[in-house]
Amino acid sequence: MLRFALSRLLQAIPVLLVVITMTFLLVHSAPGGPFSADKAVPAEVLEALEAQYNLNQPLWQQYISYLGDVVRGDMGPSFKYPGRSVNELIYSGLGTTAELGFYAMLVAIFIGVIAGVTASMRPNTMQDYVPMTAAMIGICMPSFLLGPLLVLIFGIHLDWLPVSGWNQIPGDKILPAITLGTGYAAYIARLSRGGMLEVLSQDYIRTARAKGLSEFLIIGKHALRGGLIPVVAFLGPAFAGLLGGSFVVETIYQIPGLGRFYVQAAFNRDYTMILGTTVFFATLIIVFNLLSDMLAVWLNPKLRQQVRGE
Amino acid sequence: MKQSSLDARLSAITYARFTQNLRPLFVLALSLILISCGTSESNVEAGNRTGTLHWGNGTEPQSLDPHIATGVPEHHIIVALMEGLVHKDSKTLGPTPGVAESWTVSDDGTVYTFKLRDNARWSNGDVHNAHDFVWSWWRALQPALGNLYAYMYFPIVNAREYYEGEVTDFELVGVKALDDLTLQVTLDNPTPYFLQLLDHYSMFPVHQATLEKFGAPDERGTRWTYAGNMVGNGPFKLTSWEINRAIEVERNTFYWANDEVRLNKIVFYPTENTTTEERMFRAGQLHYTNGVPIDKVATYRDANDPALRVTPYLGTYFYRINVTVPHLQDKRVRRALGMTIDRKKITENVTKSGQIPAYAMTPPNTRGYYPPIDLSFDPEAARQLLAEAGYPNGEGFPVTEILYNTNEGHRKVAVAIQQMWREHLNIEVKLLNQEWKVYLDSESNGDYQISRAGWIGDYVDPNNFLDMFICNGGNNRTSWCNEEYDRLVLDVAPRAKTQEERMAIFTQAEKMLMDDLPVLPIYTYTTAHLVHPSMKNVADNIMDMQSYREIYLEGADD
Amino acid sequence: MDANSTTLTAEKGTSLWEDAWIKLRKNRLAIVGLGLLVFLCVISLLTPWIAPYGYEQQDLLMGATPPSAEHWLGTDVFGRDMLTRIMYGGRVSLMVGFIATAVALAIGVIYGAVAGYVGGRVDAVMMRLVDILYALPFMIFIILLMVVFGRNLLLLFFAIGAVEWLTMARIVRGQVMSLRKQEFVEAAHSLGLSQWIIIRRHIIPNTLGPVIVYTTLTIPSVMLLEAFLSFLGLGIQPPQSSWGLLINYGVETMEEYPWLLIFPGIALSLTLFALNFLGDGLRDALDPRTAKD
Repeated sequence: MLRFALSRLLQAIPVLLVVITMTFLLVHSAPGGPFSADKAVPAEVLEALEAQYNLNQPLWQQYISYLGDVVRGDMGPSFKYPGRSVNELIYSGLGTTAELGFYAMLVAIFIGVIAGVTASMRPNTMQDYVPMTAAMIGICMPSFLLGPLLVLIFGIHLDWLPVSGWNQIPGDKILPAITLGTGYAAYIARLSRGGMLEVLSQDYIRTARAKGLSEFLIIGKHALRGGLIPVVAFLGPAFAGLLGGSFVVETIYQIPGLGRFYVQAAFNRDYTMILGTTVFFATLIIVFNLLSDMLAVWLNPKLRQQVRGE
Repeated sequence: MKQSSLDARLSAITYARFTQNLRPLFVLALSLILISCGTSESNVEAGNRTGTLHWGNGTEPQSLDPHIATGVPEHHIIVALMEGLVHKDSKTLGPTPGVAESWTVSDDGTVYTFKLRDNARWSNGDVHNAHDFVWSWWRALQPALGNLYAYMYFPIVNAREYYEGEVTDFELVGVKALDDLTLQVTLDNPTPYFLQLLDHYSMFPVHQATLEKFGAPDERGTRWTYAGNMVGNGPFKLTSWEINRAIEVERNTFYWANDEVRLNKIVFYPTENTTTEERMFRAGQLHYTNGVPIDKVATYRDANDPALRVTPYLGTYFYRINVTVPHLQDKRVRRALGMTIDRKKITENVTKSGQIPAYAMTPPNTRGYYPPIDLSFDPEAARQLLAEAGYPNGEGFPVTEILYNTNEGHRKVAVAIQQMWREHLNIEVKLLNQEWKVYLDSESNGDYQISRAGWIGDYVDPNNFLDMFICNGGNNRTSWCNEEYDRLVLDVAPRAKTQEERMAIFTQAEKMLMDDLPVLPIYTYTTAHLVHPSMKNVADNIMDMQSYREIYLEGADD
Repeated sequence: MDANSTTLTAEKGTSLWEDAWIKLRKNRLAIVGLGLLVFLCVISLLTPWIAPYGYEQQDLLMGATPPSAEHWLGTDVFGRDMLTRIMYGGRVSLMVGFIATAVALAIGVIYGAVAGYVGGRVDAVMMRLVDILYALPFMIFIILLMVVFGRNLLLLFFAIGAVEWLTMARIVRGQVMSLRKQEFVEAAHSLGLSQWIIIRRHIIPNTLGPVIVYTTLTIPSVMLLEAFLSFLGLGIQPPQSSWGLLINYGVETMEEYPWLLIFPGIALSLTLFALNFLGDGLRDALDPRTAKD
């Protein structure tokens, strides 16, 4: 297991290098620079600004010096916010996005697994059709549609919940987490239903039932472990998806998270911020994929054998 | 087959037992959810009690350094934290005492002598005097700082020369501290709007000791503006700055007019998305919004909701024409284009927020100046002009492109104009939208044919609108150049002896501009805000400037 | 090869495809989905001829009006007929969905088939590359691409296709690898058939099952991705419209003009439902384990 983790981490390094290089090239070929403003910028001022941020050096030189900085953990100064470093901005947005992702994931797993397992207990009955139709609706409804609807109903007409912010007003985490998590809850519901159905049709389950074990024990102790394997496999892509989905949810609810920073940075041509956020996200995804693969291996004895053999 | 029915029966039995166990869990979960949705005090209610104003401020400020910042969201926060020599009266927009308690102007109008108050202090208690201003203005003109508003200083003797490096000794620049409390400023020409300039944040003083603690004075973006570091001379001090979340400022007890200030705290929210902002207002999270979504203005207006405040704004929405483009070089073509824009239809049906059709560049009643009107909606005459220019009924007129920065509002206007030109002149027009930064580059590089633009006045004087279009002016971008116009605006107007004479010269210059028409004015801006009824003394001047000294919240303990 | 021809039952032998079709026919939701999809495609193709108004035709004075006799689905803030806008929007949305998925399909199938068939070190390297690309934060790259190169429809297809081909490649490779080991391939090989003919005649047809299912399920997520990009201001450029763009506009004026949201929303949702149900049905139909009856 340890060798598995280590080898995957080692593989991450060339991946990150590719990510940095691709992003660097893309960002620098974008038209419109970070210092264009609607008031005319005098030429000398522009020169001074570009010199301060090393933009007047040849591209390859900027690239090398950037790599050097990144290795030391320094992502450079933000172009858009004078005086703020990218590290600082990422740090300030990170906690928020992580929390949002965590709560959304909780919502997704909680609702999804319960819905899926419930549906699998009585296949092809109303207990199956209702959750699965709800799941289908969840998949087909984009968050920028669901969000404003929820806000309108719960925030404005019923006045139960706040309509924006994160950790600023009590209860303001509920709507964003639900908006972001619902789509994934739907996928997880379908996946867990499928997985549970397969497991529940196995002989050993039938045996357990015949022996008179409570349904709770059967599902909890015997079936879940195998039935949730597809869900665990989905967690990696789900996480990447949550990161992407956070851009939209953070904009709707005005949440000061990393997703919003990234979108703003892309539009503002804040080169260093774009690079920094991309590297950061890539690292996160790699780590998370590794963790979820390890979890999958732990859950599935067959895979464990394979890994040991590696 | 038999096995599946056996399965069904087995699972039915165990299932029944299972659901029985689940029921209490359900109830628990449901009650937890309901409890968490308890009723709590809204921002507005709490704010009215404690004297905290919740203000929706648009985009997150780039910087709070008054010599680096550009932009209106920055303005609202900076004027809470700092103050200049004079302060604009919120009704008349005339100068009232700020840090300077009085001033005199020499007879020829070129020497201003300011007497500063002796109780002026910085927010950390330090004494605040004339030397601070001299040092601050020196700092603001350092080329390495990249102050985009340096041109505000140019009326001062040798300021431009110092900034551009021709003069290296700051002693030669026309600002001196005659003694601790007396500041003397010498101008090149009598500049009647000079006192207006002093209220712009680029001319505010900064605290020398704080700046020097965190880096070189001309170093761009040091940490001196962070909460906890920042020292200012305004009614509030910066207590917290969380990027993209909120900026909080609290009462500065050292401020000379602290007794007049009735707010204890202001929280500025970065509300980029007007739709979300409007919802925040309705949910009681904000007292004041930065804007109102266009389609909602009509709803509020029809409901006669007093929360909606629409006020004329000192700005013009216009189209620039790149006069180097071959088929746009002929003045008659440009006039034809200008005469077939139905501005009334646009302001009533497209922008719908009480904007006023504009037939000249300078907004009407700019401190008493009314621009000459030489343009009107006249499709007949326009068609004739176009024919004279060689394109009868639009035949042979090349497809022209309108450039605008990506924004639904701009698109609506462009689509409307595209249709108007097609209908009245029978010419084809394409639309191109580019993202903000790209659009700015295209415009300044002359990489466009017709481009959407807007200009908001920095100070209330026609000069601010007319001096954009001097030959090679950085804000011209149309390649239009008329030496007589330059002479009028740059040489003759500043030397005028009276205000009337000056206005007459401007009228002449504007006539020239509107005759040649390198720009097509479309409408004069308005600002729209949603204001909670508990927020009082909200001003409605054309610069959209609020005075934090005057605003108060009903229900707050004073 | 007819796998059933040696059974002793009196049933007429059916191929895998015929089996699948029979099973599919029984799944009512899937058939409804298929029917709806066909209907939408036909309408989209015929739109330029059957749309009631020109899609740029506007009437500023009229503005947004609710459904009426002249405008069955109402008009938008420019006075443009919504039915026309939805029809043209559907063309674009479906086009994005199909073409981007086709791009992903083309790249993914070829890549996966080659990796799976050749095997060995070539396969290891190819799949390593796929793993690497999987780790990239793709939403970020798409945003960056659209911001850098402008909102070009072709670029959109390419960008989306470049994201979705990875899973396709994995699926195809998995199928191909398991097929390669099967006896009928060895038999064909020993008969002297060339690699290429084996691939073409035996491998690819047998991988088509999962590929079709996955394709049908990718199209809806592609359409949603386009809608997300529109929300951020990076998707289809006006005056063209897509359902995603229409929904975004509708959300903004949800309270004033609800019909601007409801109708495009229904259109998109129905299409996504149809595709999902069809995909589920196909998956069940092509799964040899589920019984025909």
